[in-house]
Amino acid sequence: MKIMVAIKRVVDYAVKIRVKTDKSGVETQNVKMSMNPFCEIALEEALRIKQSGLASEVVAVSMGSTQCVDTLRTGLAMGADRGIHVESTAALYPLTVAKLLKALVEVEKPGLLILGKQAIDDDCNQTGQMVAGLLGWPQGTFASKVLLDKEKQVATVDREVDGGLETLCLNLPAVITTDLRLNQPRYATLPNIMKAKSKVVKKYTPQDLNVEVKSDLEVVEVTEPPKRKAGVVVSSVDELIDKLQNEARVI
Amino acid sequence: ISTLILAEHDGGTIKSQSISAVEAAKYLDDQTSISLLLAGSGPPLQQAAAHAASCHPSISQVLVADSDKFTYPLAEPWAKLVQLVQQKGQYSHIITASNSFGKNLLPRAAALLDVSPITDVINISGSSQFVRPIYAGNALCTVRYIGSNPCMLSVRSTSFPVSADSKSNEAPISQVDLSTFDEDSVGKSRYVSHTAQDTERPDLGNARVVVTGGRALKSAENFKMIEKLAEKLGAAVGATRAAVDAGFVSNDLQVGQTGKIVAPELYMAFGVSGAIQHLAGMRDSKVIVAVNKDSDAPIFQVADYGLVGDLFEVIPELSEKLPEKK
Repeated sequence: MKIMVAIKRVVDYAVKIRVKTDKSGVETQNVKMSMNPFCEIALEEALRIKQSGLASEVVAVSMGSTQCVDTLRTGLAMGADRGIHVESTAALYPLTVAKLLKALVEVEKPGLLILGKQAIDDDCNQTGQMVAGLLGWPQGTFASKVLLDKEKQVATVDREVDGGLETLCLNLPAVITTDLRLNQPRYATLPNIMKAKSKVVKKYTPQDLNVEVKSDLEVVEVTEPPKRKAGVVVSSVDELIDKLQNEARVI
Repeated sequence: ISTLILAEHDGGTIKSQSISAVEAAKYLDDQTSISLLLAGSGPPLQQAAAHAASCHPSISQVLVADSDKFTYPLAEPWAKLVQLVQQKGQYSHIITASNSFGKNLLPRAAALLDVSPITDVINISGSSQFVRPIYAGNALCTVRYIGSNPCMLSVRSTSFPVSADSKSNEAPISQVDLSTFDEDSVGKSRYVSHTAQDTERPDLGNARVVVTGGRALKSAENFKMIEKLAEKLGAAVGATRAAVDAGFVSNDLQVGQTGKIVAPELYMAFGVSGAIQHLAGMRDSKVIVAVNKDSDAPIFQVADYGLVGDLFEVIPELSEKLPEKK
């Protein structure tokens, strides 16, 4: 079985983002970019499934500008076998990404598609559910545990839902989106980084895949959230308790 | 303008987040007619329908889909149901709560209807302009919907509180005709079980008070001080990424950009420096308290009340002096 993993290039989670002064968006020029943390978890899970002998190949897919290839190389250095880059200079919204992924699934025929539950830039949390819907595949979103049964062709997925865990059993092929608790992604080692340079990255355009890039949304403006007003420094525990009880009235 | 609310019920009552979605619909247009869609099976569903009919004065009808396929709120049959109900009702808007039910279901249904949903909406101005947080709330994005109907939204319930005077008439209840329900892709996922978390402590995402510890706690053993204090306050326990990485507590307690995003009434941070990705997860808290030895720690810039001191002295003193939870 082949596993396909979608990975997104985003502003590094540790970078303090800056809203552009013309309110058109968030500054991404000259900012450290990395693989979306939830995508790292998705890739790690695919690699672990392969290591356990339940999958034969892990294909990483990234979409967007030319620089996405750097992110794909990181994925290949972690252990993905091949990369696919869908190149587009236009902004790709989740519905378009889902359609592109569906087209790639029809080419590659993976038994499992794993994605991060959301990207930490636009925080949409949509693509996995959408591609599952388009393919008519079952979905296991916000997964914190995945168990594959090769004979029965099912995946048992623990999902993080409000106030607990839900366990679902999905027929394969299926879509899984990853939550934080699923695993701890590995770091790429230097030899693997070197090896990754010779791995294949195949390029497609949305036209190649017969997907029209369009958007149902127009960004009106991007602004900074309202600032918190400066607080006070208290000098003792007693004063703190007094403030919380009598000023903030929260305890 | 006509709006369909995808509602969730639990033990015969409509969840409060779903009622917030009704509240949000009122911002689209004050003349909007609001239909509430419920799915499930048997007596709990009928009870929930009765509750739905009188839970908010703005609801004009309640649609009920009663079938074994909907016993558990799985995304696959629900998305098909939304598609079916939309084909008949031609709603201009479909709204659901941005909780694990809505997040799981809405994008799948939107894909079947070939439209882009807008998730996590915190502000609605008119029928097509919405504000949603991006970069974990470090920026706010205002978007205009220019696609075809329906415009699909998931809304943050904390941004649309339900007004107290919800005295209402009984809205009519009607059954959804499922004779043309498309069984395709239904049955490919099966519900196995649900494990409720430790109910002794409130859920991190919904808690009124959150007590968080950082790396300065130094060990898993010391982190128990945080848990003890949380118990006293009836609070949920949070942790920074540094504390999680150091192995003091498990991943699921992490507050931050890649962990849980919380907005409690009171957030107390002990030994937390205030890394950007952590602030992203708690900056919407109503009152923030920070205790840290380092008076220059960035956490003090967002704290309403700061106390510079040794947390190994402050936490026990707080535990002792704080009043018992109500």
